[in-house]
Amino acid sequence: MVIRPILVVLLLAGAVVSAEPDDAGAPHWAYRPVEVVAPPEVPHPLRVANPIDRFVQHRLATLRIDPAPVADRSTLIRRVTLDLTGLLPETSEVSRFLTDRRPGAWDRVVDRLLASPHYGEHFTREWMDLTHYADSDGYLTDQLRPVAWRYRQWLVEQLNADTPFDVLTLRQLAGDLLPGATLEDRLGTGFLRQTLSNREGGADPEEFRVKQIVDRTEMVAATWLGLTVGCARCHDHKYDRVSQREFYGLYAFLNTADEVNIYAPLAGQAGPFEKALAEYNRKRDELLKPIADELVLLQARWEARLLEAAARPGRDFRWDRRWEVLGLVWGGQLGEGQLEGWEIVKRDRHLRTRDESDRLLLYFLSHGELIDPAKFKSLKLGEIHSKLSALRSKVPWPTRAPVMQEASIPRQAFVHQRGDFRVRGEPVDAVPPAVLPKVADGNLRNRLALATWLVSDRHPLTSRVVVNRMWQHFFGTGLVRSSDDFGVRGERPSHPRLLDWLSAEFRDRGWSIKRMHRLIVTSTTYCQSSRRRPEIEKRDPSNRLLARQRPLRVSAEVIRDTALQVAGLLSRRVGGASVRPPQPASVTSEAYGNSWKTGTGSDRYRRAVYTFIQRTTPFAQGKIFDAPSPGKICTHRERSNTPLQALTLLNDPVFFECAQSLAARTLGPKWIDDTARLHRLVWRCLGRKADVAELERLNAFLVDQRRVFSTGEAAESAGRVAGVAARHTAPDEAAAWVVTASVVMNLHEFITRD
Amino acid sequence: MTETVSPESLSRSLDRRLFLQQTACGLGTVALGQLLSRDGLGAPTSPAASGRPHPLAPRQPHFAPRARNVIFIFMAGAPSQLDLFDPKPEMRHLHGQPVPDSFLNGLEDPLIKGSAIVFASPRTFRRYGESGTEYSDYVTHLGGVADHACMVRSVYTDVANHHPAQLIMNCGTNLWGHPSFGSWVNWGLGNAADNMPGFVVLLSNSGHGVDGGASLWSNGFLPSIYRGTTFRSSGDPILHLTSPEGMTRGAQAGRLRAVADLNRLRQVRTGDAEIAARMANYQLAYRMQSAGPELLDFSGESQATHRLYGLDAEKTRWFGTNCLLARRMVERGVRFVQLYHSTWDDHSNLNANLKTNCDMTDLPAAGLITDLAQRGLLEDTLVIWGGEFGRTPMHEIRRTSGPGSDGRDHHRFAFSMLFYGGGVRGGTVIGRTDELGYHPTEDPIHAHDLQATMLHCLGFDHELLTFRHQGRDFRLTDVSGNVIEKMLA
Repeated sequence: MVIRPILVVLLLAGAVVSAEPDDAGAPHWAYRPVEVVAPPEVPHPLRVANPIDRFVQHRLATLRIDPAPVADRSTLIRRVTLDLTGLLPETSEVSRFLTDRRPGAWDRVVDRLLASPHYGEHFTREWMDLTHYADSDGYLTDQLRPVAWRYRQWLVEQLNADTPFDVLTLRQLAGDLLPGATLEDRLGTGFLRQTLSNREGGADPEEFRVKQIVDRTEMVAATWLGLTVGCARCHDHKYDRVSQREFYGLYAFLNTADEVNIYAPLAGQAGPFEKALAEYNRKRDELLKPIADELVLLQARWEARLLEAAARPGRDFRWDRRWEVLGLVWGGQLGEGQLEGWEIVKRDRHLRTRDESDRLLLYFLSHGELIDPAKFKSLKLGEIHSKLSALRSKVPWPTRAPVMQEASIPRQAFVHQRGDFRVRGEPVDAVPPAVLPKVADGNLRNRLALATWLVSDRHPLTSRVVVNRMWQHFFGTGLVRSSDDFGVRGERPSHPRLLDWLSAEFRDRGWSIKRMHRLIVTSTTYCQSSRRRPEIEKRDPSNRLLARQRPLRVSAEVIRDTALQVAGLLSRRVGGASVRPPQPASVTSEAYGNSWKTGTGSDRYRRAVYTFIQRTTPFAQGKIFDAPSPGKICTHRERSNTPLQALTLLNDPVFFECAQSLAARTLGPKWIDDTARLHRLVWRCLGRKADVAELERLNAFLVDQRRVFSTGEAAESAGRVAGVAARHTAPDEAAAWVVTASVVMNLHEFITRD
Repeated sequence: MTETVSPESLSRSLDRRLFLQQTACGLGTVALGQLLSRDGLGAPTSPAASGRPHPLAPRQPHFAPRARNVIFIFMAGAPSQLDLFDPKPEMRHLHGQPVPDSFLNGLEDPLIKGSAIVFASPRTFRRYGESGTEYSDYVTHLGGVADHACMVRSVYTDVANHHPAQLIMNCGTNLWGHPSFGSWVNWGLGNAADNMPGFVVLLSNSGHGVDGGASLWSNGFLPSIYRGTTFRSSGDPILHLTSPEGMTRGAQAGRLRAVADLNRLRQVRTGDAEIAARMANYQLAYRMQSAGPELLDFSGESQATHRLYGLDAEKTRWFGTNCLLARRMVERGVRFVQLYHSTWDDHSNLNANLKTNCDMTDLPAAGLITDLAQRGLLEDTLVIWGGEFGRTPMHEIRRTSGPGSDGRDHHRFAFSMLFYGGGVRGGTVIGRTDELGYHPTEDPIHAHDLQATMLHCLGFDHELLTFRHQGRDFRLTDVSGNVIEKMLA
């Protein structure tokens, strides 16, 4: 793909309205240091729960607008439970809160939710949007990454433990470089392992390595800097202060990181493994002993030819090809570091670990015949390969995990003209864009320096960008609405002083995410009613002033999880490998060479964060409800409203199964009457009491459905409609309840956090 | 600007209007059925107390339209204009030679210079129809409908990368998050179909996705009801179009009514505009359930029609099915049907790949034009054939390319597109390119000019079809675009 930058820029120049220019000379607001500001005074201090409210109410007061009243308790507990855990409050939790008249009831709810293991799951999904996590490589062959989930697991654990954000940053960008790096530190670098890999024959591994670094650069810029720098890959950023050279300055920080998988034993794996490994090593040496010397020589010759082809391509296409293939297929379907094979071959054999030597030997035995086919035959290397494989298969290898490591051989970064990996312009060093603070002197210019710089006190963007995304989470839009663009093209914050105050709170008080979440949800601003206020709609149609909360359609994952939850089907197991819940065959058949083996038992009902993500065929229900494409960084999800969503909630067998289970739960003991049951249904799904009109309508519907399913055509199918609910009562009665349950699950309110 | 396309908050208006309608009529189903019922385009929507129509209710454009529907056949990956539509016999003399410097003046691009070996098209061209327009031997069927076509040979665009250029052609800008052409048209005109989405996307089965994916049929900042809906290739054409097992149509209808009534109660209490949109979508979903199977049932189509679209042959069946579906949707009032075929990105093996794609699409696309014309539908249906840019007059140097497997690189300075019906002038060729096909020498026409012209055919002044977003009025043509009078009938 070739780009013609100069003309692109020239043509675009006339095509887009220029951004609002900053005052000449004055730095753009987001590049200025975070200001330490004192919360302003407000006319009604009683409405203030914490300093957030001062900023919001001060602004409202100057415009003579009263804040909205606080929402009722059942709304509040539903809102905060959805926002903090992505699940609905259990009916018992709602009752407890409604009757808790002691002071501090709200704080107790918030504390309980912040301590819930489901808190980490919910925020992990949001972080996965930024890293565009997936369980497969992407591109045409889209091979599996069976251990990608180790990074997700790490995220859940870290977020639940409230690991400070600066530590999260260091671990995710440079955990391996931390002094005395622990496994926990290293697993964080799985963040950088979410880029796509192309293993298609004919792909140029270097091209895709460069693409990965570009992607990681964009990821870092979007996640910490709130900047979309991708355009600067090819040409000077037209609208922002990031030149092409500066893009590659950021890129250079990441350019020397290589992908590798490591053994990261899960609980109980280490002991048995070590025992078995000793046994394996003994048998392996025994197997190879008779041919050891010859084998070493032969493999050395093979490696030499490969390295020669790498250094001087074009002499012998067969060896060129062998080198390329090593770079493409190494660790395929295992989600291993794709170029690890190259790196091992390049490294002096005495510097290889035993495990690396072993895996390279295995590769050589299966791919190295070209060096000397006759010798391969006479040494019976094919046979040796299968015997060695058999030996290996007896070892209970610990589960591996995707991480990064610094390349053993340094790698110079260049400006790639027009973004083309082949066209190397001037060499660049790792330097951040000039509009931002400098990296501390004396540090190595590596990922650790980058991470340290991002969370340094002087950095104007990181804390602003992160608290803004938090705000977006709890209010639907950020204080800076363009949460992905803090650059000069982005929008200005609606409450700049509040943004700075929050940023300073976050940065100066230990970077605790939970603390910030608590601060936000315990503000009166958060607890306001979301009712529209016609009198101020005209003045503030998009609620930038925060004179109310905002009803938000919940995410794809939350829709699925809460449907399973009210049905009593949801598996509460936290963590573990990805699962494949049921979805239509027409979707799964689109995947390239991969079959979707639908999970069984509780794997059908795990939280959506654990759903296997195949990049080329993302989970259908997710897509319908705006789960982002797993190939692109997403800082802000759409909340669309379409007929396809209606069809899904009405007809998707998964949701209908939920309705059946929900009906079964609703029927309960025989002595409960219809009204009580309908109350139960609404209480469970909507977390509030049904009102009279609603009860009447539901009851009329129930009566009507009883008639439908007891006579005529529908009577024959009542059993199929009733499903599991038929265990409790006659099929026609059960079917009527299933359809009634499904009505409640199809209400807008059910998928809305008010 | 007329009131109907005012950029004011649609969600708010829809909220009030829908509420008034429904409370007036009792049951939501009935009200919506009436609201969305097919309406002659010229007939103004009945004014409600709120003065704002439902978002999908048909609306009047700025002036009398020539086209009511659009079928946009998007050839993703960029088909080679030099091997299909823009013959350059002079290139034979330069074949295998470097491109003369005169063409490269001002193009400071080492890559072009390094690979600038002229690649004359191996195709043969001949003239078709009364208009005598030239088409290559790969697109003889399109040649057969030459007299309906307005061929533009001088289109240019801003960027030569697939996804950004696809965004420009579809959304008028290479930035993400802007509404697609189809979304704009539906927003401006409403949907005349009461049982289908107004903007339907049909994908090819070539195994190559479209680079831009769903961003190409995004509603951007317009309400999400205007987003393109994709039809699937197997199972339900739209996911979950079939009711749960055992649910009769009557039971399903009852379920929908109860959902609507309860949603309405909620809406009264909260005033949340999203609820109204949700209700409209449920009603549409329900009608799609019955319309879908009927739409897909081709048994009423004659054998001749089956042949016309190539449904009788393996190679053409897929694309032909999509073409026939497009006609059937237009008949049912679907405002904007977009067909994607990919990929035409022939960096190597141009001859073979181009033939494959043409074999799949040439006959059905021409069949569609013929069929629309025969049925009198072409008059008010605008059909567009084209990709995001064109391909270079030179070989591309790639590791994989060599003699016999040559390809062409991306070329954005000049390429060809075809337009049919809906107020464009058939049997014409507009624009010329230089002897290499490198640059336009006559009537350079930018993507925005085409969009301005297409909107004109639909009755819109492209400068007035705007939507206020983040403090600015946005439009499909960004800040440029001129109606190309020459293209109009």
